[in-house]
Amino acid sequence: MNEISLAFGEAGRLIVGLDATLTGIVSLSIRVSLTAVVIASMLGLPLGAAIAVGRFPGRQALIVVLNALMGLPPVVVGLFVYLMLSRAGPLGQFGILFTPAAMVVAQTILILPIVAALSRQVIEDAWQEYREQLRSLGAGPLTSAVTLLWDTRFSLVTIVLAGFGRAAAEVGAVIIVGGNIDGVTRVMTTAIALETSKGDLPLALGLGVILLSLVLALNAAAYWVKEAAQRRYG
Amino acid sequence: MLPLVLDQVTFAVNGKTIIDRVSVEIGAGPRTIILGSNGAGKSVLMRLCHGLLRPTSGSIAWRGANGGRRRQAMVFQRPVMLRRSALGNVVYGLKLAGISQRERELRASDVLEAVGLASVAGRPARVLSGGEQQKLALARAWALGPEVLFLDEPTANLDPGATRDVESIIGQIRAGGTKIVMTTHNLGQAKRLGDEILFLNQGRLVERSPIESFFSKPASTDADAFIRGELPWN
Amino acid sequence: MELRGKWLFWIPFMTLAIGALSPVSLAQNFITVASTTSTEQSGLFKHLLPAYEKKTGVQVRVVALGTGQALDMGKRGDADVVFVHARSLEDKFIAEGYGVERFPVMYNDFVLIGPKSDPAKIGGGKDTLEALRKIKAASAPFVSRGDKSGTHTAELALWKQAGIDIAKEKGPWYRDTGQGMGPALNTASSMNGYILADRGTWISFKNRGELAILVEGDKRLFNQYGVILVNPEKHGHVKKELGQAFIDWVVSPEGQKAIAGYKIGGEQLFFPNANDKGA
Repeated sequence: MNEISLAFGEAGRLIVGLDATLTGIVSLSIRVSLTAVVIASMLGLPLGAAIAVGRFPGRQALIVVLNALMGLPPVVVGLFVYLMLSRAGPLGQFGILFTPAAMVVAQTILILPIVAALSRQVIEDAWQEYREQLRSLGAGPLTSAVTLLWDTRFSLVTIVLAGFGRAAAEVGAVIIVGGNIDGVTRVMTTAIALETSKGDLPLALGLGVILLSLVLALNAAAYWVKEAAQRRYG
Repeated sequence: MLPLVLDQVTFAVNGKTIIDRVSVEIGAGPRTIILGSNGAGKSVLMRLCHGLLRPTSGSIAWRGANGGRRRQAMVFQRPVMLRRSALGNVVYGLKLAGISQRERELRASDVLEAVGLASVAGRPARVLSGGEQQKLALARAWALGPEVLFLDEPTANLDPGATRDVESIIGQIRAGGTKIVMTTHNLGQAKRLGDEILFLNQGRLVERSPIESFFSKPASTDADAFIRGELPWN
Repeated sequence: MELRGKWLFWIPFMTLAIGALSPVSLAQNFITVASTTSTEQSGLFKHLLPAYEKKTGVQVRVVALGTGQALDMGKRGDADVVFVHARSLEDKFIAEGYGVERFPVMYNDFVLIGPKSDPAKIGGGKDTLEALRKIKAASAPFVSRGDKSGTHTAELALWKQAGIDIAKEKGPWYRDTGQGMGPALNTASSMNGYILADRGTWISFKNRGELAILVEGDKRLFNQYGVILVNPEKHGHVKKELGQAFIDWVVSPEGQKAIAGYKIGGEQLFFPNANDKGA
């Protein structure tokens, strides 16, 4: 218990003091995960809509695979991306290993299945309700997909926030492809891993408190968006 | 577009025949009511005519000049509204029909005025009452200027007041020259709104008669039983 | 309404996305140095690098792994310079053509750490080999790095010198954890076990529990660090000028002085010896 109260004290001290290293780490965490979720959404939402609305051979198998990929272990993604981006690997010439760009790539790969699979489910449910009416009005598959994406936008926001939370909370992928370099690729989760291994537990716990607060705030935002939308738009 | 010619149309699903060799020519002019007990196949026949379903065998063709989807519209038993304003829902249909932006807003406002929804034009469509939503669905269909309007049990879920409003609007649409094809299981409504009856029983077109003779002197024993309420309701 | 709403959605996101990627596009001059967890966790780089960066404007990015992994990084060309402490592995690295030349930089020492209760009764001794034999005889818990690191390599060499074939003769008392120095110390602390650690990490380690230094000062516990430029002939993209400049600085009087100046609690952790050609 004593260690936990020390942790809160440490967290408070760091936040109030606006410790420069801390703000740098938090800022990088947010920027990396935010970029990853934006790219994953730009790819994953249309993909989910296309699968939901489309009819093509192998569709069922694709849905199963997509759902399974939601459970990709971050550390496996990290290893794969590391092998791809290493100078000895196929994409080494870009030289982005051990930079935030590599972390964005890894996290995008991690979240893309989540965004695609969950949006597919949401849009498919909406499609069941809307299909006849949209076809009656003359909407083709592409128009329908776009219309559904907009109509389910509040549920999709929740999904995107969930994706962001998953990215911000993972350590396995970013620590391998980022290298946890001080001031360059150190994010909240990798900093916690480092401080824990150094035995500086109050500091690690303090960072953990900050990370948890961020995740909590995200979930509250997701809930509030859904609630407000429901009341306003029905 | 009209007349719509059905030739030996059959629709079967999983070995079960729902529409059984129906041949009929639906022409311009009289308000056509499709009557029958639940499970007779009225809704399926409606969807076949509108083009939402394809017949298992037989043919359906629009034999008139410039056939095409855009000149027909359908109103369903349960209205499906997009997550946007009432006006936005009407504009959506017009946009799909290729109407210019300026023209869209004007037409939409006019038609909302005509159905008595001008005061709620800006409100989110999904929070409107059942009756208001159905009137909105009618407005959306009307705005397209369809040659044929299909209606599938449009007042089945509405209270008497809303039902009266809807029937009045249908009358207005008809007065503008649109052919009405409607299903109902409400005999009173059929008498109020219909000029001719297509009577379906267990997927077969059993009788086609003008409204007066159908109710006073039905040509078939099935129709006779139906009018007297002796056909099974399911 | 629909179209406007869409832009309201996408524009801020695109702005954020472009903004988020900017640290990547603003890449300044930098080199990548593969080093070891013990070196990083001792805090040496945090002390040393800001001075270098200020002087040259070149950012030194340290990726801290075990020695084996760090050298592996050099072989793959993912680092410009390697800075490790395992002579035999370093020599092999150069012999195989992956490195240009090895320069000695500094040394620190290992210490044999254990619980104050000391079930194997090795405390205060000066003979590491004798201590290891006693630990084995007592079947006292011993935590090994097990990760091909410099420390691990040194530990295995000591067992061998003590006449013990540890791979064959180990029992459940020997805990092969496959972890870095910090986590291994955490493990030792929580199970009150013995462990070989470098003094630097030990001094800055905060979760000591019941552990203390039991054997030190033995010449066999000497831990030498070397720095090597990754061979640009094997990997054309290696930043050879910037990398060599860093190496030159580290072995220069200025760099050596900076190393000597790193203290924790008044105690010096690393002893510069670039001048000692035999090191």
